[in-house]
Amino acid sequence: MRIEILGSGVSGLCCAHAFVERGCEVTVISASDALDSTCCSWWAGGMLAPGCEGENTEPLIASLGAESMAFWQSIAPDYATAGTLVVATSRDQPLLNNFARNTQGWQTIEGEQMAGLEPDLAERFNKGLLFSDEAHLDPRQTLNQLIDDLKNSGVKFEQGQIDDSPGNDYSSSELASDVDWVIDCRGLGARHHLTDLRGVKGEMLHIHSRDIHLSRPVRLLHPRIPLYIVPRANGVFMIGATMIESTERKHASVRSVLELLSAAYALHPAFGEAEILEIGVEARPAFTDNLPRLRRRGKTLSVNGMYRHGFLAAPAMARRCVAFALDGIIPTEVMDENTA
Amino acid sequence: MPASLTSPSSKGLRLYGSEFASRFLIGSAQYPSPAILLDAIAASEASIVTVSLRREAGNSKGAHKEAGEGAGQQFWSLIQQSGARLLPNTAGCKSVKEAVNTAHMARELFSTPWIKLEVIGEDDTLQPDVFGLVEAARILCAEGFQVFPYTTDDLVVAEKLLAAGCEVLMPWGAPIGSGRGLNNPFALRALRAHFPDATLIVDAGIGLPSQAAQAMELGYDAILLNTAVAKASDPVAMATAFAQAIDAGHRAFNAGAIEPRDMACPSTPVLGSPFWHADHD
Repeated sequence: MRIEILGSGVSGLCCAHAFVERGCEVTVISASDALDSTCCSWWAGGMLAPGCEGENTEPLIASLGAESMAFWQSIAPDYATAGTLVVATSRDQPLLNNFARNTQGWQTIEGEQMAGLEPDLAERFNKGLLFSDEAHLDPRQTLNQLIDDLKNSGVKFEQGQIDDSPGNDYSSSELASDVDWVIDCRGLGARHHLTDLRGVKGEMLHIHSRDIHLSRPVRLLHPRIPLYIVPRANGVFMIGATMIESTERKHASVRSVLELLSAAYALHPAFGEAEILEIGVEARPAFTDNLPRLRRRGKTLSVNGMYRHGFLAAPAMARRCVAFALDGIIPTEVMDENTA
Repeated sequence: MPASLTSPSSKGLRLYGSEFASRFLIGSAQYPSPAILLDAIAASEASIVTVSLRREAGNSKGAHKEAGEGAGQQFWSLIQQSGARLLPNTAGCKSVKEAVNTAHMARELFSTPWIKLEVIGEDDTLQPDVFGLVEAARILCAEGFQVFPYTTDDLVVAEKLLAAGCEVLMPWGAPIGSGRGLNNPFALRALRAHFPDATLIVDAGIGLPSQAAQAMELGYDAILLNTAVAKASDPVAMATAFAQAIDAGHRAFNAGAIEPRDMACPSTPVLGSPFWHADHD
């Protein structure tokens, strides 16, 4: 069976993996020739935190997340299962109580335990919540590894723009005439096709510091945005991420960057001396309920609406996509359109 | 019949010449998803929804303007599906100039003269800068805006806002998002007594339905809140709870409450009854 996948972000690559594993002939078509900064996945936090995300997401994300984590554990080169630590500044302690009330799977960490987990934070934070079942990975390293694996398995990668002007259906065009299924994983690139898709702008930073060591992602509770700092290799930290109802994806605002940096500084003043490596901005594709969807129109299967849960949802969505395309199994929990 | 039963306040909520059935104005920020926001608006039965545009609109005059009339257009269109009237706000503005510019942008984007005017003076309490607020209100009223100023419970400031042309005042109950309820019921009562004809809306600081009911029992015309619903574990259920409390408080005010007293006052007359039949309920 011939499968063409549009988009080479985390959704497209996970779908390619799932189809090639079932013996399909897979081509990935992408606007860029490699994984780069034009893709949301490039800027992802790489946190696999279904417990923390449960604070304001439907249980579906947690169940997709559990499946996806097993997948990443089997392929990600630096998959780390150190959990997630959630803390709040003293004035924001009520936020910590709220967070605890709205989530499950945590244990309270106090005093000495904090010193054992994250010695650099123990002086400043004497209480936190540890979600010990959670994990994290480096998105860029992981996806580049996945691309190499896919190439070795015979997946072809082609660069090309898809004409998505209204009324133009790629899957019924000449270009896709000998393809059995077109799997559309373009995120916001498909928004003329999926009109209920919207953008949620996110800004993030990479900084470098040798003065601080963190063993796991730390969430610093903030009244408006989910702030987190994820340690990467070699003293690099990712700080994310704002959530703004906007499709704008080119410019990070001064205010957002200030907010992210002051969060890092509040976590530990030594971050004040860190080097800023990168400022990133993207718009996440989301449907109205912020949940991912599988939609079939003719021979096009759209996998979209990953919102802030690309890594948490993509492998599980890819499995459902393959089960539908090859075995006819309808994943009712994520499929809201099935038009032959 | 007591005056309160025939006064305009026993009918709908009047705002700059328009009348609204609901006395609940609800904010649209911080919900888990737009779908839950829409359900919460429906449950609240609110006729008016506030929207912030400062961050969502981006720099709409700048080179990166996208998606037609502002990059947040899709989100605003979703809110408009609720059928509620939009009240754009200047949340996050810290100077007169910023607030006035944001109001202009709002008028352009939403084709409405309404603007919820916020000029924030202090970061820790998000307290209004009342001097900037009065100045911005003067400018905007003169330009034909219908201004809903977010203010403190200060009487003199309220007077100046009314003199500037505001017909609606929105004093805080407590700092934004604090959920503390009415920090100073005395001042809110005094404000109501001084300005019996102005539309007074408690905006900010409400955490519980009982606090919203308390403000309505003081004779306030409406309640504006956001965080207490958006950040509740079940925003839709909380929106219903607030709608009922606001309605209950309003009905109680119109019904005319009894004056509290120190000694018991039997509800059944005891004169002429044998003492062993005296009721104590």
